[in-house]
Amino acid sequence: MAKITYREALNQAMCNEMERDDRVFLMGEEVAEYNGAYKVSQGMLDKFGPRRVIDTPITELGFAGLGVGASMAGLRPIIEFMTWNFAILAMDQIVNAAAKMKYMTGGQYSCPMVFRGAGGAAARVSSQHSQALENWYANIPGLKVVMPSNPADAKGLLAASIRDNDTVIFIENEINYGDVSEVPEGEYIVPLGKADVKRVGKDVTLVAHSRMTGYALAAAEELAKQGIDAEVIDPRTIRPLDEATILTSVAKTNRAVVIEEGWRFAGIGAEISARIMEKAFDDLDAPVIRVTGKDVPMPYAANLETLALPSVAEIVEAARAVCNRN
Amino acid sequence: MVATKKQNDGVGLTHEGREYSAETLHEMHDMMLYIRRFEEKAGQMYGLKKIGGFCHLCNGQEAICVGMQQAAEATDYMMTSYRDHGHILARGSDPTAVMAELLGRAGGIVGGKGGSMHMFDIEKNFAGGNGIVGEQVPIGIGFGFASQYRDDKRVSITIMGDGGINQGAVYESFNIASLWKLPVVFVIENNQYAMGTSLSRASAETHLFKRGISFKVPGMQVDGMDALEVERKMGEALAHARSGEGPMIVEMMTYRYRGHSMSDPATYRTRGEVDEWRSGRDPIARLQKQMIAAGLATEESFKEKDKEIKKAVAQVAKDAEAQPEPDPSVLWDDIITDEIPGAYPYPRQVG
Repeated sequence: MAKITYREALNQAMCNEMERDDRVFLMGEEVAEYNGAYKVSQGMLDKFGPRRVIDTPITELGFAGLGVGASMAGLRPIIEFMTWNFAILAMDQIVNAAAKMKYMTGGQYSCPMVFRGAGGAAARVSSQHSQALENWYANIPGLKVVMPSNPADAKGLLAASIRDNDTVIFIENEINYGDVSEVPEGEYIVPLGKADVKRVGKDVTLVAHSRMTGYALAAAEELAKQGIDAEVIDPRTIRPLDEATILTSVAKTNRAVVIEEGWRFAGIGAEISARIMEKAFDDLDAPVIRVTGKDVPMPYAANLETLALPSVAEIVEAARAVCNRN
Repeated sequence: MVATKKQNDGVGLTHEGREYSAETLHEMHDMMLYIRRFEEKAGQMYGLKKIGGFCHLCNGQEAICVGMQQAAEATDYMMTSYRDHGHILARGSDPTAVMAELLGRAGGIVGGKGGSMHMFDIEKNFAGGNGIVGEQVPIGIGFGFASQYRDDKRVSITIMGDGGINQGAVYESFNIASLWKLPVVFVIENNQYAMGTSLSRASAETHLFKRGISFKVPGMQVDGMDALEVERKMGEALAHARSGEGPMIVEMMTYRYRGHSMSDPATYRTRGEVDEWRSGRDPIARLQKQMIAAGLATEESFKEKDKEIKKAVAQVAKDAEAQPEPDPSVLWDDIITDEIPGAYPYPRQVG
């Protein structure tokens, strides 16, 4: 296995899928001649040409809708949002068209396509460019929501998302693009809807997705030094959620902390902790604790930004609290 | 009631140098009248509370539905807003399935999931029936993009109203379609009222065919109350788009006789204005007059035809109403294609 970056892993997935299926094309702002705002599509224009790697004007609603129509007509679009912050402009096409098309047409039309791009908090870009909105999409029947936390998952999940016959909201993490780790070469598929146990432990379950998975793993190392053996679970697919893996872990540890970068109210953590309460109430030795982004728009100043985000220290503290160790 | 294409027998009449066979003219007339009677029946059924929700009728706008179909290929894509009954009927979809959809029945054209605003027929390349004003326009250029990608020479006929034209999505679409020379004909059904707001109260530039100028999308204005003129001009626009020269805007000047939807008494316009269009410019009366003058029909023969159509529509309503409601099990059908067993929310399960 070669060690490559998260962005190269995504690139490999797209190239492999475009090589095997002519219906697949990549469209978005700066994806072609500029080689991607985050260099995810590096070299793809040279490889596939302008018919299949297509620069758009800055027109999110327009090209999102174009993707919806193209998917209804039988193509398999990959629509890149430079960041998910800009996808808000395209919300009508995602929510009112793509998500509902199969149902609303009695199964006649569907939208097999991937909307992808950078999500989550970035670094020092203030409120409008730094936010985690996956809970918006995860609320909607008809969508799948996928968020890889490392390069191997990025490759395998993106390939699976492109092959999937539904609309997939694929949220990458801006901070993770340069992360390097081992990634299987050639065709590699990570099935959707399957969580991954990133660290085995027995005392407390830490559930975290995307960039927060790394934070949870770092917290687990710190907790180990303090005599707490944490299990870290990355759902990888937010919707639909592999809750069995989470519930099995909670049955073993009897304690859970759910971590997310997004806001607390009606967030992913709220859903996961509700499921643990509904399905594993008798397994719990303590109430589930959520560690989330603070309920504020993201500020610019470095110290304030750090305060607004979840931290490893907060995860450690929450894990200690849920284990009655504070 | 499917309007078959093109002229193949002797010339029935000539319009602006174009020849239309008697057969074609009868088909166009009959379909317009069918749509009129179908909409009247839908209005009745709505009044009886048999049709629920929103219901937007197209009485007065039939020439656009029929003239465009006559010009288009069956393989061309078509999509419109929620005022969709007339277009899908003209496209040749099963009227019983359309009526059953209005009634929320199992045999509805989308199985009772969509209702009045969401008529789709993939077999006829009819992609809605879209409920959000202007939403179908970016989708329409997507169909055009797919056609260009596969080089299959199909045109996407993307229809909107004089309300939809003010949505930002429309201009994003004009720009992309023109930039990439996508095979799209943007049709604006200008019935002069966006719900209750008249054109001049909503649009700085009321000549809507000019709205593409900044994007180099050529436009033309057409008398949308004249089925033959619609057919002729639409034919030109389709040829332009099909040849690879890019999109074109066709503004169809028309008028809706009824309110915006069934719940709209249309108090924002005068009786005189409505009467002027109804009695002076009605598209069905116009074609009838032309056909009578050409010796292709008589007032009596049209009366007979009307009786026949009314009877057929009544039968359609009866058949549709006799259908059962959708089976409760279909509530969970067609949400996603690739279900993932064991992942939550579980398919077909509440908790």
